[in-house]
Parts: sequence; structure tokens; C-alpha cells
Amino acid sequence: MSNTYDPVEVTPLHADEVARAQADALAAIAAARDLDELKQVRLAHVGDRSPIALANREIGALPPQARSEAGKRIGGARKAIGQALAARQAELEAERDARVLVEETVDVTLPWDRRPRGARHPLTTLQERVADAFVAMGYEVAEGPELEGEWFNFDALNIATDHPARSEHDTFFVESAASGKVLRTQTSPVQIRALLSRDLPVYVVSPGKVFRTDELDATHTPVFHQVEGLAVDKGLTMAHLKGTLDRFAEVMFGEGISTRFRPNYFPFTEPSAEMDLRCFVCRGASASPGNPPCRTCKSEGWIEWGGCGMVNPRVLIACGVDPSVYSGFAFGMGIERTLMFRNNVEDMRDMVEGDIRFTLPFGMEV
Amino acid sequence: MKVPLSWLREYVDLPAVTAQEVADKLTSAGLKLEAITSHGHEIKNVVVGQVVVIEELAGFKKPIRHCLVEVGEAAPREIVCGATNFTEGAIVPVALPGAVLPGGFEIGSRKTYGRQSDGMICSEAELGIAESSPGILLLPEDTPIGADVVELLGLRDDVLELEITPDCGYALSIRGVAREAATAFGVAFHDPAAIELPAASGPSHPASIADPTACDRFVLRSVSGFDPAAESPLWMRVRLIRAGVRPVSLAVDVTNYVMLELGQPLHAFDRSRLSGEIVVRRAGAGETLETLDHVTRKLHEEDILITDASGPISIAGTMGGLHTEISDSSTDIVIEAAHFSATGIARASRRHGLVSEASKRFERGVDRELPLAASWRAVRLLVELGSGTADPGVTHAQVDVAPVRVVIPSDYPGRVAGLPYTRETVIRRLEQVGCAVVEGVAADETAVSGGGGVAATGVVSGAGSAGDLREKLAVRGDDPLTVTPPSWRPDLTDPNDLAEEVIRLEGYEHLPSVLPAAPAGAGLTEEQRLRRRVGRALAYSGYVEVLCYPFIGVRDLDNLQLSKDDPRRRATRLLNPLSEDEPLMRTTLLPGLLKTLVRNVGRGFGDVALFETGLVYRPEPDAPAAAPVLTVERRPTDGELAEIESALPRQPQRVAAVLAGEFDRSGWWGQGRQATWADAIEAARTVAREAGVELEVRADRHEPWHPGRCAALYAGDVLIGHAGELHPRVVEACGLPPRTAAMELELSLLTPPGPVQAPAVSAYPVATQDVALVVRSEVTVAEVEAALREGAGELLESVRLFDVYTGEQVEEGHASLAYTLRFRAPDRTLTVEETTAARDAAVALAHERTGARLRGV
Repeated sequence: MSNTYDPVEVTPLHADEVARAQADALAAIAAARDLDELKQVRLAHVGDRSPIALANREIGALPPQARSEAGKRIGGARKAIGQALAARQAELEAERDARVLVEETVDVTLPWDRRPRGARHPLTTLQERVADAFVAMGYEVAEGPELEGEWFNFDALNIATDHPARSEHDTFFVESAASGKVLRTQTSPVQIRALLSRDLPVYVVSPGKVFRTDELDATHTPVFHQVEGLAVDKGLTMAHLKGTLDRFAEVMFGEGISTRFRPNYFPFTEPSAEMDLRCFVCRGASASPGNPPCRTCKSEGWIEWGGCGMVNPRVLIACGVDPSVYSGFAFGMGIERTLMFRNNVEDMRDMVEGDIRFTLPFGMEV
Repeated sequence: MKVPLSWLREYVDLPAVTAQEVADKLTSAGLKLEAITSHGHEIKNVVVGQVVVIEELAGFKKPIRHCLVEVGEAAPREIVCGATNFTEGAIVPVALPGAVLPGGFEIGSRKTYGRQSDGMICSEAELGIAESSPGILLLPEDTPIGADVVELLGLRDDVLELEITPDCGYALSIRGVAREAATAFGVAFHDPAAIELPAASGPSHPASIADPTACDRFVLRSVSGFDPAAESPLWMRVRLIRAGVRPVSLAVDVTNYVMLELGQPLHAFDRSRLSGEIVVRRAGAGETLETLDHVTRKLHEEDILITDASGPISIAGTMGGLHTEISDSSTDIVIEAAHFSATGIARASRRHGLVSEASKRFERGVDRELPLAASWRAVRLLVELGSGTADPGVTHAQVDVAPVRVVIPSDYPGRVAGLPYTRETVIRRLEQVGCAVVEGVAADETAVSGGGGVAATGVVSGAGSAGDLREKLAVRGDDPLTVTPPSWRPDLTDPNDLAEEVIRLEGYEHLPSVLPAAPAGAGLTEEQRLRRRVGRALAYSGYVEVLCYPFIGVRDLDNLQLSKDDPRRRATRLLNPLSEDEPLMRTTLLPGLLKTLVRNVGRGFGDVALFETGLVYRPEPDAPAAAPVLTVERRPTDGELAEIESALPRQPQRVAAVLAGEFDRSGWWGQGRQATWADAIEAARTVAREAGVELEVRADRHEPWHPGRCAALYAGDVLIGHAGELHPRVVEACGLPPRTAAMELELSLLTPPGPVQAPAVSAYPVATQDVALVVRSEVTVAEVEAALREGAGELLESVRLFDVYTGEQVEEGHASLAYTLRFRAPDRTLTVEETTAARDAAVALAHERTGARLRGV
């Protein structure tokens, strides 16, 4: 045994002293109300000058046979205090975080429309959507002038000068009736331009603006839009026309929506057909008695959509295409009309007037 | 065409089907239903009665009668009546108590004018026959008392209103519709034109055709001793009214009735007003005719006329002359039934602005074989109903016309349809249409292998008679059929016309649906993709797209303060504008946009930004006045096509935007920002950036912009457009909000420069140097920045202007521009010496070019 051990200095190592220090520390930890107080408690109870730290330092002065027991005692106390500190620390941090984040709470319902987004006109985006459907089928988008040569708009399309079909077009004439220039009454002259300028086979779709001398009202406008399609290739038949329009109907209006043909007359197609679309809302159900009415198709089950037919061989001849080698089909529909039944537009004037309330809801797509 | 179903049933053995079922079948055959109008279905309990006693009641403001009417019951009915056009003994329709009249109007017993009234004596209007009628409907004396009036008069009927396409002249008749209905239902058709004609016995009135291109058949028959007071029978009036034709007098009603039934327009002359031989010819110079509508018309040399010794008496197929018109004293009537040139009638109708039931039919094609039968049918009706006598003989002038024959291989309709039809089917369907079909090609038919072959009269399809067009239209193949279309189908001239007849009668609903394999396409062009990007970019930037009408007026150009010689005043003029105020085609997109902006502001949207993408029309000063109308029998040459193009105005694609009010909104976050000239220029930059083009901005003076706030925008040396704040006078003239800004670019001039070249991205650190430069106020920022960029050399990564200061700290007439220059090398960390040297070089060049000095130096 060493005589150098100082019996006086070991008081802190007494079991009851350690227990008291531990109890004091735990009480202080529990009493700490915030992180700052806890920091003080940590300094006071586990800091360098704390009773426990002092006791820890005294272990070395104990006789070897006493060190183990004292070490266990002090170690136990330190661990208990350390755990309590960590627990209290976590608790207080959580409390602080909760409080601060609550203080930082804002009203997330506040508006932030500092620069509201604009919108594209639905007639534009609908034309693009139609074009895309055909581009996906391998077509290209063809365009032509709006102020057009009469030959392109009528004669080349087999609409002879004195044919009643010509006067049905309500044409805007340019400068004089003899100028040979008109505002195009249909997008069909683009067919002629495509056949004259492109190599065969030709598969084109041409959306665009057309003009008729109608006064603006709920269902008429003198300036409107059509989309026209033309395919000229070897061996094309009416069955191909039907297949193309059925596919188009599906792309635009969903799986299972098909078309129906009725005989009609257009000078530039022969045979010609009126094309009806299966109602995409009631899918034809409203036409049967006992079913609820459908306002989209007026309970007819079908919606009149456009005209179509096999390109009249006379048109091919006027474009230098040999009808004994090539045949073709063409089709067209009104964009305004499509927008009206597809998107429930009730009044044509809304599309014309440019009121931002009409256009904004359409955004970038239709 | 309005078709009373009862009339149709006279000539087709229709099964017991509803009007809707008939209409559906006709629609499937190409005669599209517009509407069905039902008549008389709601009428009940209206019987034939005889007025036995009339007592005039006195003391009322209008004449009132109390009648006893025998209706076949135990005792006569007491009925009070306000009409006075009947006498005791008159046979009249009587609505008994409990009767229902058109419109659901119910009749009951009631007390009126102090008397009992057990029903109502009816007029035509009350029975739904006429729109209005002056008095009670008087029935023939031999009408059985007590009979049901609706049954007796055939008032219960449905009228199909059909839309007839312009090629289907034959369907503008009961006869034509009945033929289609018979085919559609597979039942017998009884041709109303198949009537027995009297044996020929010399002409009835001298007549001849002087111009065979004007008329190829001219028939006259006459009736003498006609009773001009004879009235049209009720059944005829009912049918005319339901077919949409107003009854006039028996003679006129008969011609209309026969026209509706057979499709042959007829004209009736008063024989006592005719002098000498009737000649069909074209008008001579200076001739005039006073027509039925009391208008004296100057005749055109191309007008087809009916003339007699006195001169013109009728514009053929369009409108008759006043002098020879039948009147209420005409007793001798000459009926004309002819076949005129369709184009000739079409042109005259347009020239004189006269569209009649007759001209509509002639333009669309009338059966050349009808005049003899139709005129005889009319004569017989006049004789039967107007107690006249048919004069013996008929005048029949005609020109020989080669029949159209079209040769098609028997499989051709199937080749067009994509659905094979047996040759029996093809022949049967063509024969149902009325074609004569002969197998093989007749020896003399080799030249007539489809197309053309049509005489100058008759067909309006623009069929050229040139042999090579026929040759081009000819269809090759085995098993040829030589088809002669019927006289009532002048529209059938080409192989495809015959194919359509077969396919439509077989039913379009049986066509298979086969998606053709189109060759791989190239997708959208660069220009098309750019237009879409531009639209999206502007919309994302806050602009709303509008589509304005491209019509403008001189006033719009004045409002833009354009000078007299501004090229935008050279605009294309419309011959027939919708509004006399807007007869021009736009040369700039701004007028429409500005009007739309004003409209939105007026509707309470003061903060508004709009854009439009569209064509403007820019006629060239030296362009030819007219575009030629080229041949259609072959491809025009490139030279011919170029002649059309050169006469058309240039039509470039433009984009324009206008904005007013707050562009950045005020809100709870603070004050917003008013739209300015700078937003307009930024909109232009947004557009150009989508094209991969960085615009160069130069100050400019250009209407309609504010002379101090107008930017000309260049891509390289090419002027693309302008942007800025509008001139205050423009703002005032257009009623715009103050400081409205606008930009307009010619999108066609923005050509994407090709694929973007990827930059090398350096990972070495950036070195930043700020400089403040003092420049004279007239120096533009663009000039300073360009000099800095060039002077700084390759190490410069970016230049950014972060402050512009004018005020006490800089001398008057000067501004301080503060820039951050960022430098970076691709291969090393730059030293301070290197970046300082680069900055100094930048400042030195800016000084040399613009006089800029470092601030504080």
C-alpha cells in the first residue's frame, strides 16, 4: 500500500457523494428549460470542474484494489448523466425546432401571380394537334398562300367557272372579278400546290385559314380554318381513305371512335362522301330510345365532321399526274366546328373576338 | 327540295315505313335530310259540314254569324262564325267540340256573342294548309257530309326537306327522288314522265332554234279556251305549299306543279300577246326586256332569249317577259318546255342576279328527254282543271346531240372502292341508275372511252371535249363495259362518276377500313417548328394569342400615323368586302391586335399582353394586275404557273405583340411594373432566340412607334422588324392606354442558323472584375458593350451591365455604366495580372470607340 494516497482528497469518491453528484446532475438536466440552460448544466455537472470530473481525476490516486470499484461507480454516474444530457438535448432541440418552424410558418395560399402565363389560341393548338396526328402517320404539313390564284382555288380543283358549286363558295374577290385572284375559300388549293411541287407519292396535311363572305354570328365567321389531307399514291382506294380517317378519329377522340361515310358531292373528289364521327361522348348510345340524351351529338349518335373522297382524276390531270397510274384520296374538316363540339364552344364569336378570358384557360394545348 | 311523302308514294311502292326511315335511306343514297316537317298528324275530329241556316247577329263591331251546320249527326250544330265568305248551303270543314287543330289548339263548346257555339268552321290557315287565308275553306258541293276532312283532303303528310348537291339536278324533282327511293328500298318505280303522248300532228306554234349552243330542244304546246277564273284544286295548292311554292293562279300553279313533279321548268305565254315565229337565240346589241318583276333589263350578248317578231319575250330559263305573261284574262296559253345550255343559264342568272326555281334546275342539269312529256302533262292538267281544249299538234325543234358513252372495265368500281364487286353487281347497279350497259367496246366507241363527249348544252361539269382529255381519263383493264348514262343524269361523264354510282348504291357502310402504309415523312419543317416554339415562348412570357381578321381600312393606317408614301399603304383591295370600312388586306398585324387590345381593356382587362402570328399581304408595285386562269387539261408549264405567282402579293409570315398596363402585377408583395418599350423589345428577342438568332438593336424612327423609344431589330444586316413604345398620337388615335408598347417581326426572315454548336465548358475558376465607365449620354449601351467584348478578348466569359447611374456623382450629360466582367480560361487558372490586362484592354477599346472613361479616373 502506498502512503502517498491522500485519504482526505478521496471524499468525492465516496459512494454517497457520487450518488449525490449524479442526482444533482440529473435534477439539473431535467430542470434545464432550454438549450442554453442545458449548456450551463453540462458545464456545471460534467465540465472540467464538476464534482464528477474531480472524482474521476481522483480515481488514479486510489489504492489499486479500490480503483476498480470507484471506477465502476464513477463511470456509471458519468454514463447516466451523459445519457440524460443527450436525451434532454434531443428533447430541447426538438422543442426548439418545432417552435422556430412554427414561427416561420407562412400562408401558403397567398397568390404569386406576378407575371401570369399567357396562352395560345385553341384554334392554333387544335390545328397543331390535327397535324401531329397525320405527321405520326407519315404525312408532311403543306402550306400555301391565303390570297390565292383563282386557278388554284377553283379551276384546277374541277370547279368550273359556271358550275353552281362555284357560286356556293361565297368568294371574296380581289380587286376585280377578273383579277384571277381570290381569298382562298378552302384549303384545297394546297393540294394542287403539293401535287405540282412534290415528288410522288404525296401524303400531306394542310391546316390553314380560309375565307367566305359570311357575316359573323354564333355559327358563322367570314374567316375560319380548315384542315385538308391529301394522299396520292399507286393503288389507293376508298378503303384506305376510310382506314385513314378511322385512325385519325381514334387519335383525336379515343379508342373505338370511328367514322361513317354518306354520299355527297365535291367537284374535286369522285366518289365523294360526307364524313360523320361516332359521338365520342355517348359513343352512339343516345341515339337508341331509352338512353339519356347527349348534347354533343344532339342524340344522333354521330357528329358531322367533314367531307372526303377519291381525288377526281381531272384534278390529277390538271397537276400532271397520270390517273391510270396513280389514285388518291382527300379529306377536309373545319377546325372551328371541331373545337365547338370537342371543347363545348357554344358561340363562334368567342373564337374571333380575342377576349383573353376565352383563350387563357386553354393554355398551351387544347 | 321539299318532298311531301304522299307525293313521293304516288310513284314508288314504298313499304309501310316512317318518314324518318325513308329519309335515312335517301340520306344513305346521297340525298341528305335537312328536316322532316309533319303536317296534320295532330288534327282530329274535323268533319265535312253543310251550312243550312245563317243568322246575322247585329250589334257587334264586326260581322258575326250564328249558323246551323249539318254534320251528319242527329241534329245540326249551332256554330258562331266571324267569316262571311259563305252562303247557306256551303260545304265547309267543321271542327267539332273535342277537335284538335294544328298547334294543339283544342276546340270546345262555349257561349260566345250570347249564343251557343258547338265547334268552329275552319279556314285553310286553321287547318294548317296555308300561312294565312281570307275566309272559310269552301269545299266542292259533292263532298260527303260528315266525312273526315283530314282523310278527305290528304292533310296528314310528312315533308322531307332534302339537301340536293349541285351535281344532282335530277333530284330537284319528285321523279328523281322517287327513283332513288325505289332503288334504296328495292321496290318498283313508276315514272311520272312515262305518259302516253298524242300522235304527232304538226306544230302548234311556229318556232325554231337559231343558236344550237344555246338550246338543243324546244317544245311548245297550246291550250285554247282556258277559263282564267278557274281555281287550282285544293290538293294541288296543298302540295305546292308543302313543297315550298306559293299558289298563284291555276295556269301558274300547273307549270310549277309539273316542274316539281318532273323537274322540267315550264313557261306559259299568253298566245294573244305573241306575234309571229318564236326563235331561240342570243341577245343582240342593245336589246332590253321588261321582265315579270317590272324591271327593264339590259340584255347581254350571251343571254339566251326567247324572241318573237316583236323582239325578246323571255330570258330563257331565268325569267319571262312582262308583256307576254299570262294574266287573269288569258284564255289561250302556250306552254314552253325546253332544254337550254346549263352554262348559258348559269351565266345569265348570275349576270342579272336572278335565281329562280327554273334557273336552279337548268344550271344543275335537266333531263333532255322531258320536254315533250312535261308539256303534255301540263296541257292535260290545264284542260282538266281549267276547262280548256288542247290544241292539236306540238312544236318540236331540236338539235342532234351525241349521247355520252363511258367505257369502264367491270372491275373498276371495285378498284376505286378497295372492295371487289361482281360484274353482275356492277351492271345491275348501273342499270338501276338508268344506264344502258353493253358488254365490250362497240366498234364506233373507241374514241369515247370515258370523259367528255358532251354536247355544249346539258352538262356543266366542265367536261372538255378535247380528245386527249378523254384519253387521259380513260381507264384500262379487262372486260370493258360500254355505259350510256340516262338522259336525266348529265352529271355522269367520267369513269369515276360511274364508280361512285355503284359504290354508293352498294352502300358506303360496307367499305372496309384499311390504313395505307404512307412512306416515312420528314416531320415538320424548321419553319413550322419555329412557329410553334415562338407561340409557346410568347405565351409562357405572358402573351395571349389572338387570331384577328386580316381586313383593315385606310383609317387603320391613318391611325398608325403612316406617311403618305409608306409602303404599308400599298394594300390589296377586296372587290366585295364585308364592310366598306375595311376593304383592304392587312399589310401589318398591328391594327387587329390594337383593336383587340382596346376591346379587352373595354371589358375590364387593363393589364393585357397579346400576340398574333399570321400572314400579311404585300402587293409588289410592278406586279401584273391579273393572274391568268390556266388550262386544266394538262399540267401547266412552270412558266404559266410563275405568271400566277407573280400576280399574287408577297405573303410573309409575321409575328406581332402589343401590351399595356402592368406587365408584372402589383400585389401583396408590393408594387408591380408597367409594360414598357423594353418589354416589347424583349418580346422580339424572345421570338428571335427561338430561331437561334441574337437580334441587334438599333435606335430608329419608324411609325407607329415613339420616335425616341423605337428600336429597329436586325439579324446581321437584315432588318427583321421594330419594337418599342407607340407614338402618343397613335395611342390617342387608337384609344389605347397610355404607353402601350408593341413589336412586329417578319418571322419569314428569321431562319434558324442550323444546329447549335456546343460550347467547351471550363472547370477552372472564374475571375471577376467590375468596371464603372462614364460615357456621354448619346452613347448607347450596345456600343459600349460591343467594345468591351471585343477589347477583352478570348478570356472574357460574360459581360453584364448591373447599374446605370446619372446624377450628381457624374458630370452632366454623362452616365455611369457599371459592368461585371467575368474571365475564365479553358486550360488554367487565370492570374490577377492576366485578368487585369484583359480588363484594361476592354476599357481601352471602349474609350477609343465611345470615349468611355473609368469612373473616378
